[in-house]
Amino acid sequence: MAKRILLGVVAILLLIAAAYASFFVAPTERTMGVIQRIFYFHAATAWAGEMTFFVCFVANLLYIWKRQQKYDWLGVTCAEVGLACITVVLITGPIWAHPVWGIWWTWDARLTSTFVLWLLYISYLLLRSLIEEPDRRALLSALFGVFAFLDVPLVFFSIRWWRTQHPAPVVMGGSGSGLDPTMSKVFFFNVFVMHVFVAFLIVERYVLEKLRHDVDILQREVESQ
Amino acid sequence: MSLLSNTATLLGKELRTEFRSRELLTTTVVFILVVLILFSFAISPTAEESREFGPGLLWLAILFAASLMLQPCFLREQTNDTLSSLRLAVSDPFSIFLAKLIANTLFLLLTEILMLPLFAVFYNIPILPKLHYLLLVLFLGSLGISIAGTALSAISAQARMRELLLPLLLLPLLTPILVVSATVSVSLLDREPIVQWKGIAFLGVFDFIFLTALWLFGEYLLEE
Repeated sequence: MAKRILLGVVAILLLIAAAYASFFVAPTERTMGVIQRIFYFHAATAWAGEMTFFVCFVANLLYIWKRQQKYDWLGVTCAEVGLACITVVLITGPIWAHPVWGIWWTWDARLTSTFVLWLLYISYLLLRSLIEEPDRRALLSALFGVFAFLDVPLVFFSIRWWRTQHPAPVVMGGSGSGLDPTMSKVFFFNVFVMHVFVAFLIVERYVLEKLRHDVDILQREVESQ
Repeated sequence: MSLLSNTATLLGKELRTEFRSRELLTTTVVFILVVLILFSFAISPTAEESREFGPGLLWLAILFAASLMLQPCFLREQTNDTLSSLRLAVSDPFSIFLAKLIANTLFLLLTEILMLPLFAVFYNIPILPKLHYLLLVLFLGSLGISIAGTALSAISAQARMRELLLPLLLLPLLTPILVVSATVSVSLLDREPIVQWKGIAFLGVFDFIFLTALWLFGEYLLEE
């Protein structure tokens, strides 16, 4: 318990530091101006969210292999936390894109595959809510999770190779070339902080899922008496 | 070898069940036809536009039709609980999937071949010049739809709201098929047709990846 509170406090302090760094330490971008500062938050959340989905995929595989409930709890936890991250990404993206590109949305590879990823994990959670029996729910959703994760690179490359005939409005340098050293330091600090924060969310949600399971068992015991 | 002979027997069973009633085929053909006509009403395309959008609409109609057509695939086995007997009868449960997905691919292809002439007439697109390539794309696309669809219909058959759930699970998963098949078909049906081998290879890769995943994880899908 104490460890969880400590992790929470650290995560929130780090978040405040990361926000300070993005607003006051990083230099203002020359062409995009102040709006570019959303990048530190937007891209860091995206990285953390994708990492979470990867953990979800591993948890799904482990569940299919080992059939231990803890992997099912980890799977649903990561799916929900990852979905929250990607939702933030899908909201902050257009806020950045509109002033810079002049449009809210474009069907380019990264945007589209992120959006399909979001849809797939919504289906994953939906599927879970529609199967009553716990073991069957765990197994079937783990299997769907594996299929969904395999699909994501295919979506990305199909869009990249066949849908982006016109080069997408290219202003976003991303984390790639030509990032100012201070900017890159601030960015990687943000990425680190987001991972810590997401780890905190995962731990909390995991404990909640475990508690739910315990309550279920207790309830059944009471009913059987 | 038992995998092949089991699959052949089960495939025979799937085909017999369908061709006794032909319910699935008739409804799917009518469904695709209705959707294609409604699309045409909704956008009323000119000759150029229908060349540009027609193939995409055709694939969209196929996708919608498939998400309905794959519904009874495992549901049918539930009514008399024949699935457990099937699982006892075969040594490798993968043959159940293989038989079902081959049957589904055949059904889809058959409906597509029936629809193609009507599509050509309604959308004023000559399909004959590159017909064999178009059939290849239709085959690889339908195979991909059937592989993913058969796997997911085994999942959705065990959930509540299954009729709605299957399209929700399946359609986002099939995004790559839709994107690539539609693009390749557009360039095949263009005034100066081009065969996009890269796209055709991509469809093959999609089929291969999901077939391998089904082979690895199929038996868990049928666990009681």
